[in-house]
Amino acid sequence: MALLLLAAQPDAMAHTVSAPAPGCTAEHAAMGHCTMPKAEPPPPPPSPPCSPEHAAMGHCAMPAPPPSPGCPPEHAAMGHCTPGEPTTAPPPSPPVGNAPPPPAPRVDAADAIFGADAMAPVRARLYAEHGGGSISRIMLDQAEVRVGSGETTYSWDGEARFGGDIDKLVIKSEGEGAFGGAFDRGEGQLLWSRAIGPYFDLQTGLRQDVGPGPSPTYAVVGVEGLAPYWFDVEAALFLSDKGDVTARIEGSYDQRITQRLILQPAAELNFALQDVREQGIGAGLSSAELGLRLRYEIAREFAPYLGYVWEGKIGRSAQLARAVDDDPSRSSFVAGVRFWF
Amino acid sequence: MSGAIGRRSLLAAGGAAALVPWLPAWAQPIASGLPTVGGADIRLSIAHRMLSVDGRTSHAIGINGTIPGPLVRLKEGTTARLHVTNVLPDEDSSIHWHGLILPFHMDGVPGISFPGIAPGATFTYEFPVRQSGTYWYHSHSGLQEQMGHYGPIVIDPADPDPVAYDREHVIVLSDHSALHPHGIFKKLKQMGGYFNHNKQTLAGLIAGRDQPLNDRVAWGAMRMDPTDISDVTAAAYTYLVNGHGPADNWTGLFAAGERVRLRVINASAMTTFNIRVPELAMTVVQADGLNVRPVKVGEFQIGVAETYDVIVEPEDRAYSIIAENSDRSGMARATLAPRPGMTAPVPPLRARPLATMRDMGMGDMSMDHGAMGHGMTAPGEPMRHGMRDMKGAPSVKDTPAVQSISPMPVDRTGEPGQGLEDVADALTYRDLVALDRNPDTRVPSREMQIHLTGNMERYMWAFDGVKMNEVTAPIPFTLGERVRVTLVNDTMMTHPIHLHGHFFELVTGKGDHAPRKHTVNVQPGGKVTFDLTADAPGDWAFHCHLLYHMHAGMMQVVTVRAAEDAA
Repeated sequence: MALLLLAAQPDAMAHTVSAPAPGCTAEHAAMGHCTMPKAEPPPPPPSPPCSPEHAAMGHCAMPAPPPSPGCPPEHAAMGHCTPGEPTTAPPPSPPVGNAPPPPAPRVDAADAIFGADAMAPVRARLYAEHGGGSISRIMLDQAEVRVGSGETTYSWDGEARFGGDIDKLVIKSEGEGAFGGAFDRGEGQLLWSRAIGPYFDLQTGLRQDVGPGPSPTYAVVGVEGLAPYWFDVEAALFLSDKGDVTARIEGSYDQRITQRLILQPAAELNFALQDVREQGIGAGLSSAELGLRLRYEIAREFAPYLGYVWEGKIGRSAQLARAVDDDPSRSSFVAGVRFWF
Repeated sequence: MSGAIGRRSLLAAGGAAALVPWLPAWAQPIASGLPTVGGADIRLSIAHRMLSVDGRTSHAIGINGTIPGPLVRLKEGTTARLHVTNVLPDEDSSIHWHGLILPFHMDGVPGISFPGIAPGATFTYEFPVRQSGTYWYHSHSGLQEQMGHYGPIVIDPADPDPVAYDREHVIVLSDHSALHPHGIFKKLKQMGGYFNHNKQTLAGLIAGRDQPLNDRVAWGAMRMDPTDISDVTAAAYTYLVNGHGPADNWTGLFAAGERVRLRVINASAMTTFNIRVPELAMTVVQADGLNVRPVKVGEFQIGVAETYDVIVEPEDRAYSIIAENSDRSGMARATLAPRPGMTAPVPPLRARPLATMRDMGMGDMSMDHGAMGHGMTAPGEPMRHGMRDMKGAPSVKDTPAVQSISPMPVDRTGEPGQGLEDVADALTYRDLVALDRNPDTRVPSREMQIHLTGNMERYMWAFDGVKMNEVTAPIPFTLGERVRVTLVNDTMMTHPIHLHGHFFELVTGKGDHAPRKHTVNVQPGGKVTFDLTADAPGDWAFHCHLLYHMHAGMMQVVTVRAAEDAA
């Protein structure tokens, strides 16, 4: 009967058996605490039946926290005493010195063993490989059909990047045309893009317009990057070979509705410093395009979308358009796909 | 006695039924002990092979035909001689012995320690074994580690082991992808959040999940994503235990009443795991190969390249070993059971954590404290200032690789890691106390800071804002000097920082029993201080052990030179 009782209460039995042994109890040894003769550091506070480590193992109920001597570090680490009460500070160690660092030597220790000739190319590759890689990304952000008043048109807007973290070659292209009708206009930009901060690149290069009308060449300077609140923005200044100055600001925002469904409002504003009559551009804010596209990411790289786009000439440009009986604005439903690789 | 024989024949039967050719014996679906490579001359051969995980086969790199590679079992006090042959047809390879104290030219980092191993060549590593414990090995060439080029090391102590146990299982955790590692890296470069399919959404806002609107606006203002916990997630990875997917369910056997030692190694490329065995307490007895005073925990976070040995005392039933990725996108799962074929319930993934202002290096400037009248008024307000105040880190170079500077980094070694804030019995670094007295207890003669910097948008990672490819000088130490090093994490990610060839003592108030480590997880926006005795002459790699962070530039060379040489 008594045996049964003990068997049912292994804890009680363990305590009965092991309580008084001071040095190395059986369980304690089993826990790996005292086979090593050396280095059992600060002697446990004298509460014999239940040493701190032992208690940490969950082998004995900790009596009420010792009243006076505070909370030794290990003890506190085990979570056995209340934070906030002043701990017995470890003996104040002398302050860390302020010796100067040694001069940096060459990284060449292995040369003495394997030879500089064997090490040099591998070392150069090691440095170059870790952070020096080049990456490409070719993205067609918009490739779409626009259906609205008048003819059905197509348009595209894309960008390709090649290069490292700081310097890249960037190619941009956008344009539009009518199905079965005239190609309206297109442009390509060839830019050197340099990171000027964590989020923005400075871009300079050339832009060439193509199409049935005048096709100027421009010098380009601009910035592209990620603005606060996660807005993707681009701004560029164009100087044409005729001496005309125009500018463009673009921005978009990805509003994630679900992990795959994304609503993207986008805006593009064009400005001109002067009239460019042969292109129907008037000074000031000359045209705008506002779009709202809802895309579904079948994969990150491939997302069909539906949307609505308003595009229009504004101010003097609108007047110029009306003067030749053109409709200065147009709105369309769009369907397209965004893809990149 | 007859019981033991019975068990053994049972094991043999189970093993024969499910023998898997690409796995070493210790990693077979039903572990049957630890056959291993050992002895005076160990031969390892690196070659391509196929790996099948949860029924899907993909290309991988194995060692001696297996993934993970064979268990290398060494004995303290002997000399290890390992002949490593590179059978890869067209690329160099290498093996780095992670955590081993050895001459620098045996450390296995091409370009720093040695020239690497050319295709078809054999390199013989030879070094005295001066330590014991659980370690691992892996390639330091290219991104081979991601493809399966890793394996465990166990070094048996020369003296009786202070840790008592009846049986051991090696638990090698890893993250396997059918994508080629260069493809993964390219995606990260093209789109930092490519693999994160757990971002905050409008649907979540409407449903009342995640951050409230004003927090989202404030975080948006800083271009910071609180869901960016892991760069590469279960979208790309299957998480493995000893080469087995969760459905494969690797099983380690025990007999009821045994003390079972689990030697847990995080051999993954990018994954911080949170490990628990539901309904079974674990007693941590070793960290990074060195014994610590036993500490009982319910869960612990293991950074990439860390190792923890734990003792469990299971009852006569099955248990699940659960290793969740810290972003909770997936888990590795294995079973501990007294008999083959038994399983235990697998708990569902828990809710993913969100980064907090502490993770942004706001220290105690948290919203709670603001509300408690500690000087912050509007919650969003303090964050807008100084998120990239370079004056707060004069040693950091102002480059595009620096997205933010932690304005008020705090020592987070008393915290268990992202996602475990609410787990009461989770391990923290401050729970670790070395079992042996530290070999060097001198007060450091100088101190230095190294900032961990990054830019998630450009996927750039660096120390002090300078990527490895732009580094002009190494981090110098004089042989024998003792230096206090503080790592300041200016990013919102946890970085496991590894120094080759040395152990360092974490400064966590443990005096001359400071825990000694070779790899330390630095929590987001936090800092870690360690004391280092530069006692190993030569050149040593120092890097973030997240493979793609290292590849992106978060690496440096540490030189240790005798005083007369340095002049």
